[in-house]
This record gives sequence, structure tokens and C-alpha cells, in this order.
Amino acid sequence: MIRVEKIYKQFGDLEVLKDINVEFERGKTNLIIGRSGAGKTVLLKILIGLIIPTSGTVFYDDTDFYKLNKKQIRKLRMEVGMLFQASALFDSYTVEENIRFPLDMFTNFTPAEKSNRVNSCLEKVNLEGVNNRYPSEISGGMQKRVGIARAIVMHPQYLFCDEPNSGLDPKTSILIDQLIRDITRENNITTIINTHDMNSVMEIGENIILLQDGHLVWQGSSGDVLSTDSGIIQNFIFASPFLQRLKKLALEK
Amino acid sequence: MLLGQSLGGPRKLNIYFRETIRHMMDIGIGSVIIVALIAFFIGAVTAVQFSYQLGGTLIPRYYIGYIVRDMTIIELAPTITCLVLAGKVGSNIASEIGGMRQKEHIDAMEIMGVNTASFLILPRVIAGLTMIPLLVFMAAIISIFGAFVASVPIGLFSADEFIKGLGMFYDPYNVFMMFVKSVVFAFILITIPAYQGYNVRGGSIELGNASTAAVVFSNVFILLSDYFIALLLTT
Ligand SMILES: Nc1ncnc2c1ncn2[C@@H]1O[C@H](COP(=O)(O)OP(=O)(O)OP(=O)(O)O)[C@@H](O)[C@H]1O
Ligand SMILES: [Mg+2]
Repeated sequence: MIRVEKIYKQFGDLEVLKDINVEFERGKTNLIIGRSGAGKTVLLKILIGLIIPTSGTVFYDDTDFYKLNKKQIRKLRMEVGMLFQASALFDSYTVEENIRFPLDMFTNFTPAEKSNRVNSCLEKVNLEGVNNRYPSEISGGMQKRVGIARAIVMHPQYLFCDEPNSGLDPKTSILIDQLIRDITRENNITTIINTHDMNSVMEIGENIILLQDGHLVWQGSSGDVLSTDSGIIQNFIFASPFLQRLKKLALEK
Repeated sequence: MLLGQSLGGPRKLNIYFRETIRHMMDIGIGSVIIVALIAFFIGAVTAVQFSYQLGGTLIPRYYIGYIVRDMTIIELAPTITCLVLAGKVGSNIASEIGGMRQKEHIDAMEIMGVNTASFLILPRVIAGLTMIPLLVFMAAIISIFGAFVASVPIGLFSADEFIKGLGMFYDPYNVFMMFVKSVVFAFILITIPAYQGYNVRGGSIELGNASTAAVVFSNVFILLSDYFIALLLTT
């Protein structure tokens, strides 16, 4: 469980987050949605201390993250897997070396154990036979999947994904969504996903928050999205004429 | 569950070791040619110019060997080599680490729990502290060789004179001084660029600036410390 308390964030004059309070539950896929520039990435980075909030704090269960010292932060971070919006693969390492990196750094696994772990992660993200390629030699969508494989290789307790399915084709995108949901349930971990993908919202949105103008303006599940009469969420989710028509059809039935 | 066995341990040493070897290759092997080339010509020019300066004086020719040897060992080999390496290795380190900062690679390591300052800087420092003194040593030998090759065949002095000079007033303390200088300069030209790169923000313009600043500051600090080492070790 991760609880965000009274988070404010300003960059100079720009107020990006204002008084964000929310609890992300364990064993559930928590989604942060909002327009481009709404502050999703900033919020995700604040959770793990890559960006320091102007005020407010973050609790991991009962631990106040912003009261930890450097060493304690490092220890906690070992339980966190994160996919960055731009993947952030190390470009002087191959795909395999990228995924193996945390294992090399923090475990005493044998080379065989490591390579098994790497391959099973690659299999999970539906990528095989690219072990020895460099990040610059694979497509953006493949990089994203390698990023996910690297994020889950240590079996994290907390999984943060910044737009896991942007740049993926619909089929792979659904696969990745399902993978993230399955990992979350099986290992009972706390998963937080930034997305604008409406498929994901409806597929795996167990606890969704909507950010707008720096405020948390709506919270609910994918079921609530359909039933709510909140104009804010309606405008956001059903922004495209196509979806509006679909929704109308669905309601008529 | 992984955590129990995760802290420290031999594996972590392993990856640090691998990184160190990689940087030793980059810094060492990658700089041999440029350092050799520069050292050769410095030796050659020093010899030619000294024989010009000594021409028509009563100072015996074989002094040229002695002068070339000591100038090279005490000053030219460590200082010129390291100024050149500050440009080559230093700017490379600043832009490599700076690029990792900008592409969120450092953040990605941080959230894994890696101590990035140590992981990115320590292997480079160790690689620099071992390889650069070796390069400097190589430069000194090549310089002396360059002096010989450039002068003897065209008759500025004879091989015997040169070799006699090389053997004169030899003081191992000078070699010690060369190594002190090269270790200090190596430390400067690795850590300053690493610091510049690690703390870069913004985009490619900032990265370029950081790389330039890395080279300029390294050069200034190398020259300053050269002066202080000279004072400290010779007076
Ligand atoms: N380091 C920074 N310095 C200044 N402003 C920043 C910084 N990082 C983010 N911002 C600003 O904060 C706002 C929110 O950015 P953020 O990256 O969180 O958006 P986002 O919701 O993730 O958008 P997208 O869906 O496009 O990724 C933007 O207006 C952005 O310009
Ligand atoms: Mg974003």
C-alpha cells in the first residue's frame, strides 16, 4: 500500500500538483490518468523520490518515505520496479545485460539462474531471441517491453509503470496490460500505472485517479467510469466521437 | 525474499570489476595512439630546439640527452599527456555520464537501489589511476625515442653523445615525481568531468557546456596542481 499525503509540487511559478491525497492499494492495479502534461509522471517520480515534492509526503505502508535516510531509501528502492516513459534502457548494454543488471548488482545467483530469470521475464513480455541485441537495434515498443522485463526481474513489491503501452500495437498492448494485472494479483504487489490508454482504463482499472489542472478530480474503478455521471470523467474518457457513439449504443441496449 | 542475499557481496564486486576493466580498456588502449604520437613529436621537437639553442655554446652536445630526458620525465610527459587526456578522456566521461543523466539512465539505476555516484565514478577513477600513469610512462619513453630518431640521423648529435647524456646525473626521484604528477592529474581529469556530467540538467546544449567546462576546469586544475607539486617536491 502506498499513501500519498498532501502532495504539492511547483516548478518555479508552475504549480503542477496541488493537494494530492490518495491511497494506492496492494494487489490492485492503480491507474493515474490525465491529459498530457497533467503531472502523471511527476507524481510517479515523487512516489520514489526522483522528484522531491514542494510539500507533503508519501507512505509505504507505515514508512514515511521522506523521513528515510539515503541507505534506507536504497533498501526500499530494491523492492521497487519501474518502467520509465522513455524506457531508459542502458545503451551500452545488450537487452540481456539490461535485464540482468539488477541481478548482477544485488543477487548471488549463478549465471544459469540469472539467465533463466532473464529468459522467463522476456517470455512474459512476449519477446524472445533479442537477448544479444542493443537497445538501439530494437523498436520503441520492444524497448518498452524490455523495460517492463527489467522492472519485474527482481520480483518487486511495488511496480510503477509510466505509460507501459504507449507505442505498442493493440494486441501487444492488451497482453502487457494483462501481464501487469496478473503479476499484481499473483504476487499481491502494489502497482501504479500512468496511462492515457482507454483500453487499459477499462481493462485493468481497479482504482483510477484522474488528474486535471494539478488536482485529483475523480477517483473510481473502471465500472464506475461507465456508471458515473461525473462530467469530468465523461469528457476525459469519451473524448473521441467514436467512443461517444459506442457508449451511446451500449447504453441503449 | 531477494533482499536477504542482496546487500553487498561478491556479485556486486564482480560488476564493479567488469566496469573497471571496460573503462581501463577505453582509457588505456583507446589513448595509446594519440599519446604515442604526441610524445614522439614532443621529444623530437625538444631535441631539435635544444641543439639549436646549444649550438655555438661551450656546453657539450651530450647535454642534450640529459636535458631531453629530464624535461620529458619531470614535466612534458605527465603534463602534456594529461592535458591531452583531459580533452579526450575527460570530455568523453562528461558526455557519457551526462547523457546517462539526461536519458534517465541514472534515475533508472537509482530506483533499483544502486548507489549511482559510486557505481559510475569509482570504476572510472580506478581505471584512470592505473592506466594514466602507465600512459605517461610510455609517453616518456617514446619522447626520448622521438628525440633520438629526429636528431641523430640528420646529424644534430651522434648516437653516442645522446646515450651518454641519457645516462648522466640520473636521479630516480624524478621518475617518482613523474608518477606523483600523473596520479594527481589522472584523479583531476577523471573526477572533474564525472562531476560535471553527473550534475548536468537540461538538454544537448547543457551537455555540450558541461563537456567544455569539464575540459577547461580539468586543464586549469592540472596546471595549478603541476605548479604546487613542483614547489612541494623540489624545494
Ligand atoms: N523538471 C521539470 N522542470 C520544470 N517543469 C517540469 C519538470 N518536469 C515536469 N514539468 C512540468 O510539469 C508538468 C507535468 O509534467 P508530466 O511529465 O508529469 O506530465 P504527464 O502527465 O506525465 O504528461 P504525458 O502524458 O505527456 O507524459 C508539465 O507542465 C511539465 O512541463
Ligand atoms: Mg508522462
